Amino acid sequence: MGVDNPLGDNIITTSLDALVNWSRKSSIWPMTFGLACCAIEMMATGASHNDLDRFGIIFRASPRQSDCIIIAGTVTKKMLPVIKTVYEQMPEPKWVIAMGACACSGGIFDTYSVVQGIDEALPVDVYIPGCPPRPEALLYGLMKLQDKIMHDKNSFGSAIGLGNRIESAAA
Amino acid sequence: MAENNRAVVKLKEKFASSIIEVVEFRGEVTVTIRKQDLLAVLAFLKQSLQYNLLTDVTAIDYLGKKEERFMMVYQLYSIPHKDRLRIKAAVSEEECRIESATQVWGTANWLEREVFDLFGITFDNHPDLRRILMTPDWEGYPLRKDYPLQGPDREPYKGRLS
Repeated sequence: MGVDNPLGDNIITTSLDALVNWSRKSSIWPMTFGLACCAIEMMATGASHNDLDRFGIIFRASPRQSDCIIIAGTVTKKMLPVIKTVYEQMPEPKWVIAMGACACSGGIFDTYSVVQGIDEALPVDVYIPGCPPRPEALLYGLMKLQDKIMHDKNSFGSAIGLGNRIESAAA
Repeated sequence: MAENNRAVVKLKEKFASSIIEVVEFRGEVTVTIRKQDLLAVLAFLKQSLQYNLLTDVTAIDYLGKKEERFMMVYQLYSIPHKDRLRIKAAVSEEECRIESATQVWGTANWLEREVFDLFGITFDNHPDLRRILMTPDWEGYPLRKDYPLQGPDREPYKGRLS
């Protein structure tokens, strides 16, 4: 893939990419960060009935140990700098999931105090509609994120400092 | 039957010239007073009539409906007597300030900060008058009737197809 992919697309590097992608998608550690009622649904998804742990998704209490942040709820303008700080503290590679109508678009809160979608501030990978989305919807969104991670190119090269990771949309 | 209310009887005795209106609606007594006498009336209500709990302080914006734009509202409760009283005082837009009730009830501190934040009414002699809900650099007062709902930096909503 041209200048961005110095290792090229041969069987060795793509296999190594697949290995790196597989290990990343099998251990998405999301930041423990809830904002509103969606956070309750996120906790339900993490609890034993739906059990996120079986996908290797373990909530971490520190952004330094997280790969993913689930924006679960209404983002107010007052909260936005905090979210940005948390996001910036997360190490690369990192992903953002906008969970629920509020995080996707502001939802019913079309008002002066609410950010009209977290994509105004962070690069969102997966949008999950719903108010709030059911645990199944969040699980589906996380699996879509796993799909997306599996389609990353040059993840091995970028991990050893050659070029950048090339992201594409989930299939 | 607001005339028989213990607070109204005492207030009429002591502050006859301050009272503008006494209204009772469904058992809730509201006394509207002049802004200048607010602190004296509130202190009297707390010290002599034991209205020792200030439940809420809020304001109403009567934009274009009344001569004096804002109305301050104080919700009082007396724990020993188990009764409530509402005190109102009009505040004009030109002179958008009123005496702080923090000297009478400590609770008024944050409640008045909220009114200051959202209505822009200044409280004289308030110990710490700054915004409490909005960010410190916020411009405008969101609960005023002339504040655009979706914020000043956005095109106002004009129906579904806008």
